[in-house]
Amino acid sequence: MDKGRLAQVVSAYGALAVGACVLAPLVGSTHISLARAFDRSIPFADNVDAQIFFVARMPRVLTGAIVGSTLAAAGVVMQALLGNPLATPFTLGVSTGAALGAVLAITFGGSTAVWVLASVPLASLAGAVVASAIVYALATRPGRPISTMVLLLAGVTLNAFFSALILFVQYAADFTQAYRTIRWLMGDLDVGSFGPIVASLPMVLLSLGIFAFLPRPLNLLSVGADTAATRGVDVGRTQRMAFLSASLATAAAVSLAGPIGFVGIVVPHLVRLMVGVDHRVVLPASALFGAAFLVGCDLIARTVLAPVEIPVGVVTAMVGGPFFLWLLVRRS
Amino acid sequence: MEIAPGSLTGLLGPNGCGKTTLLKLLCGVLRPDHGRVRLGDRPLESMTRRELARHIAVVPQETHPAFDYSVMEMVLMGRHPHLGAFELEGPADFDVARQALAATGTSPLADRRYMTLSGGEKQRVIIASALTQATETLLLDEPTASLDLGYQLEVASLLARLNRERKVTMVLATHDLNLAASVCQQLVVMRAGRMLAAGATRDVLTSDTVRRLYDVDADVRFHDRAGHLTVVPVKRIDG
Repeated sequence: MDKGRLAQVVSAYGALAVGACVLAPLVGSTHISLARAFDRSIPFADNVDAQIFFVARMPRVLTGAIVGSTLAAAGVVMQALLGNPLATPFTLGVSTGAALGAVLAITFGGSTAVWVLASVPLASLAGAVVASAIVYALATRPGRPISTMVLLLAGVTLNAFFSALILFVQYAADFTQAYRTIRWLMGDLDVGSFGPIVASLPMVLLSLGIFAFLPRPLNLLSVGADTAATRGVDVGRTQRMAFLSASLATAAAVSLAGPIGFVGIVVPHLVRLMVGVDHRVVLPASALFGAAFLVGCDLIARTVLAPVEIPVGVVTAMVGGPFFLWLLVRRS
Repeated sequence: MEIAPGSLTGLLGPNGCGKTTLLKLLCGVLRPDHGRVRLGDRPLESMTRRELARHIAVVPQETHPAFDYSVMEMVLMGRHPHLGAFELEGPADFDVARQALAATGTSPLADRRYMTLSGGEKQRVIIASALTQATETLLLDEPTASLDLGYQLEVASLLARLNRERKVTMVLATHDLNLAASVCQQLVVMRAGRMLAAGATRDVLTSDTVRRLYDVDADVRFHDRAGHLTVVPVKRIDG
């Protein structure tokens, strides 16, 4: 890997991500102009274009960028940690834990609007943390590398266990609560304001900061734990950093926008088909492409059947799936 | 047990006798319950993984990467212990990698995907990756186990040449008695986790040793044309 190629790939995907974030807020049921939105000579209170751009649409686009970016990067890290290209950020139970927390808050948390706005993200975050802690405690032994087999089995089992609890709570819920649960599980980028985004930023930035140390150790880890150790990687420490940062990133994304599927598995694979498999390129490129991908999917979700919105999780799979298969077939 | 610098030592013994475990102890991947492994006069547990990897490289029996790396990428991974956390490989690192590819006869494969290679090509690429670590010691776990006769001889002569020309100290765990006879200057023979004998190849590799290790009656003779001892198994001794 040389510097020129890394810079080239990162700037290309970076331009794509920035382009998506700037252009997406311009499109919607009301037409607005970018020039007018950024025109400082009109006071903000009178500038309808600026209000729609910054207040109505920008939070949603930024949420898409953050969630897409963290889920795609967490997917890359999980796949390398588990040595399994089929792993997703949701494989180890983080999202199901978050979903259980959210479902409990929706069903038993009362119905005061303000309380619900704060309690659902907090409860889902708590659920994600509890789920990760259980999986981590099961798979680690002091002074030993993590057993990825135990990690995988513990995660899959916990997923099933929490899913059963969710169904149980759902069974006890009334129709309104059950409907709200279903809508939460579909994922929604419309967070309403910049507040939730700002609240999620510390976790997002911390996990992205840890990701920065991981690419080369992950290359070696995905070749084999013993090989990585003899090439100079502290395997136990790399595994712990990878698990904790990917779980944190996933928890942040899911508590912000619900469990939006497919981004965490399809984006890393799309990026690998385009730039190769070296994690030093794949990880930053996936984070940037994930942002552009989810912002793009959300644009489709809110415009194609406007004024009806399609859940963005439906679009990620419906757009990403065929595109991925097309790349796969074309390549082979 | 002591491995002299610059020597090529064979590690023989039946399946499950502890050859791979001993290699893992020697490279510090496993910690001994009793006793101590030293490199020079430093105990391995006092060294970080990075430090150890700059002194000892390992060629495992088989390598199955989860992703489809190119040969060059696989070989460059050997530079890991020499690079800073955020450092990318520079021209000097590429030179080391290219020399390792040349030394193992794998230069033409540099741009191929590792997973598309044959067994013999893969093993030579993994040896190149270990050489790229630029260590004075190389531990090899059955490097010829999955190779056909031609590749076995090729890998054998490669190891002998690296030992001779680059003065790389090698420990080679193997079931292939003829490979051990052809390249190893000394042998350590193990059974059930214990060292049975150690010494110069011509002293240790006898029909008596083969019988004690494998319960096999074998002819062990010096072969004039090969220029080393050869082992011809005759039959298994029951009971």
